[in-house]
Amino acid sequence: MISIEGLSKRYGDLTVVDDVSFEVESRTIAVVVGTSGSGKSTLLRMINRLVEPSAGRVLIDGQDVAAEPPHLLRRRIGYAIQGHGLFPHRTVAQNIATVPRLLGWPEQRIGARVAELLELLQLDPGAFAGKYPHQLSGGQQQRVGVARALAGDPKVLLMDEPFGALDPIIRAKAQDELLAIQRRLGITVVLVTHDMDEAFKLGARVAVMSQGRLLQFDRPATLLTRPEDPFVARMTGISDRALKLLSLTSARDAAVADDGPGLGDAPQVAATASLREVLSELVWRGATRATVVDERGQACGSLAIADILAHGRAR
Amino acid sequence: MSRTIGAVLRVAVLAALVAFLAAPARFAPLFAPLAPPGAPAIYDQGDLASLAAAHLAIVCCAALASTVVAVGLALFVTRGAGVQFLPLSRALVNFGQTFPPVAVLAIAVPLVGFGEKPTLIALFAYGLLPIFENTLAGIRACPPALLEAASGMGMNGRQRLLGVELPLAMPLILEGVQLSLAVNVGTATIGSTVAAKGLGEVIIAGLLSNNDAFILQGGLATGLMAVLLHEAVALLRRRIR
Repeated sequence: MISIEGLSKRYGDLTVVDDVSFEVESRTIAVVVGTSGSGKSTLLRMINRLVEPSAGRVLIDGQDVAAEPPHLLRRRIGYAIQGHGLFPHRTVAQNIATVPRLLGWPEQRIGARVAELLELLQLDPGAFAGKYPHQLSGGQQQRVGVARALAGDPKVLLMDEPFGALDPIIRAKAQDELLAIQRRLGITVVLVTHDMDEAFKLGARVAVMSQGRLLQFDRPATLLTRPEDPFVARMTGISDRALKLLSLTSARDAAVADDGPGLGDAPQVAATASLREVLSELVWRGATRATVVDERGQACGSLAIADILAHGRAR
Repeated sequence: MSRTIGAVLRVAVLAALVAFLAAPARFAPLFAPLAPPGAPAIYDQGDLASLAAAHLAIVCCAALASTVVAVGLALFVTRGAGVQFLPLSRALVNFGQTFPPVAVLAIAVPLVGFGEKPTLIALFAYGLLPIFENTLAGIRACPPALLEAASGMGMNGRQRLLGVELPLAMPLILEGVQLSLAVNVGTATIGSTVAAKGLGEVIIAGLLSNNDAFILQGGLATGLMAVLLHEAVALLRRRIR
């Protein structure tokens, strides 16, 4: 668990982060979202002490991060930034091996770890290990950046706009990969972004910041249905908040078991699709009901348009 | 294609210089038309090969000293408390470049005597500027995002310097060394006025005895050596890229 307690950062008269407190549960993703200048990056950088707080403290699993030298602390915390920050003079394998080398792992373990991470991020070790960053596409560079951040086997991963430089299609894929990796490794992630959709997609909890202050820290659905501040409502977007709410629930979670007569020609939707996607599909096809099928192609319930609409209603 | 031509040209220049230094007498017919009647066509008051070797040694020693001091100074003024010494360091290094090497010799001789020492001092001071400025530029050109990534992963100051900043600045640093070396091969000829061994001796002997053949062979050997040193460092730069 990461506890942020009364954290502030002042530069002279300028308060960049103003008395922020929240807790990130272990093995979850928390997203800090805000406009530029909201202090979100500074907040993130106080967790691994790239910025020293003016007041307050950060505890990771109950231990104050100020208790050990910053460079040793940082080797235990993964850090991925926008534009990846890969070392141009080192190969992909050498880049990924950075933290294990700093930690003094034996050569054999480093090699195994590099191969493991390349596999995890779906980069063929044979093809990519010896390449230099400039030989990779933007999406591949970003994945190597994540692999490098994970190399030291950290329990905590900090990400500062990690997908900011990617085009929308690759970005969506990178977000899915991050979710899968986070679940698989059981790590705690704190991610900073200015993109509310990204925050909703990734965050179990989302912290909305403005002008250095934390306005609200809640589940995405709560931010939509019960915003505590007009700015939060503006950030989450009022005009399409019902659709946003729908996008937070998966077809699997909303599906109604049905053992009635077969639905015959009802369109099939994937269990992982969001209700927003299911609704769009139904509107497109002019249907009123969809069959939800799981990864193995087995029907696991159905969704009527009225069920879907109920999920998007103000609570 | 142009690369092969370059490589062939370099080897040819090297071969020509080595052949001339190894057996200069063989080239006598080439230089004879320039020598005054009855005077020798090839420098005969010393061994050309050993003069060239001494010349090369003094230039390389000076370049090594310049590199150590200039790179060290540039690294010092780009971190922590050293930053405030940047204007002073820059003024010193600039002074080394603007102060004529001949004047340095004139000042140094009464202090350290005749021979190699005053020449070394003059070349050392003259060679600082390009290395210092290039190192500074190379270090400053490191993208801040990279340095932040390096710190964020837990590198300490030394690890960041050796692992990220210096390797990234290396092509520019080498360019400075290259410039400094090439310029000093020529400048080193004036060392012969204060009795340092070198190819300048041949040129001065030619000037004193009005022997254009001596002047030409001393000048040619010096020029070829400068070109070859320049190319040698260029080769190194390409290797590390």
